[in-house]
Amino acid sequence: MWTYNKVLQYPINIKRKNPMLAKFIISQYGGPDGELAASLRYLSQRFGMPDEKAKAILNDIGTEELAHLEMVGTIVHQLTKDATIEEIKAAGLGPYYTDHGVDVYPQSASGVPFTAAYIAAKGDPIANLQEDLAAEQKARATYEKLIDLCADNPDVLDPLKFLRQREIVHFQRFGEALRGVQDKLAERKFYMNNMRNEEE
Amino acid sequence: MNNEEYKCNDNLKEEMLMQIRELKFAVVELAEYLDTKPDDRRALYLHNEYARKLRDLEDKYQKMFGPLTIYCPCNKWRWLEEPWPWEGGNY
Repeated sequence: MWTYNKVLQYPINIKRKNPMLAKFIISQYGGPDGELAASLRYLSQRFGMPDEKAKAILNDIGTEELAHLEMVGTIVHQLTKDATIEEIKAAGLGPYYTDHGVDVYPQSASGVPFTAAYIAAKGDPIANLQEDLAAEQKARATYEKLIDLCADNPDVLDPLKFLRQREIVHFQRFGEALRGVQDKLAERKFYMNNMRNEEE
Repeated sequence: MNNEEYKCNDNLKEEMLMQIRELKFAVVELAEYLDTKPDDRRALYLHNEYARKLRDLEDKYQKMFGPLTIYCPCNKWRWLEEPWPWEGGNY
């Protein structure tokens, strides 16, 4: 089960509102390579992993991604808090404001609502871990684009840099988990009702 | 350890887990109640009692049977020990 800790994983204190940046950054909340998708992807995949290290790493990274979700939501909230209607309209957030006000809603930068189609759970540990490696790289690339867009706002830049670094560490851990699973599958025949018998 | 002791240990583990589960549920239930009724003295008293019991029991359990969270300090990394809850461990 889960418990909540009333502390952000990395401090966020944005002193200058900027709804335009919020419009971009919300993609890491509910977009295709965002933290919600990452968390649900890993937590869903852990059930089918054939070895203990892969289960543990998916469990623990999937959990950390929830802390990142909270960080991204906090950034969006602080960037839009106290924004005037004029500022919201100028930032192109008029349509968003119409449907969601200043709530933090899981959607991509282009306004597509979160969908479970962002999550891959293929029923194949190798395919799943390869998916996860790609997901971490895509998230890193997204954070780098956001870092470009937020270059003049150090309060936003700092937590974004932290989140980018975590993507790199997770990529490393998933690479190690993938090698472990490959070794495990090579050492003996591994049968699962949805995997083909190697002798077929 | 002989079989009898193993069995006894298993029973104790199950018993402690059940108590932890019960205490956790009591704490969650009382916290949610207190969120909307923060001035309820009796609920606060009960929350205190269960939260303390839970903390002590979790400490004791983790020393004997390994970590329930990754925040448990340990000499050996026992987090990988199976089974996981969805595999029938600590169910």
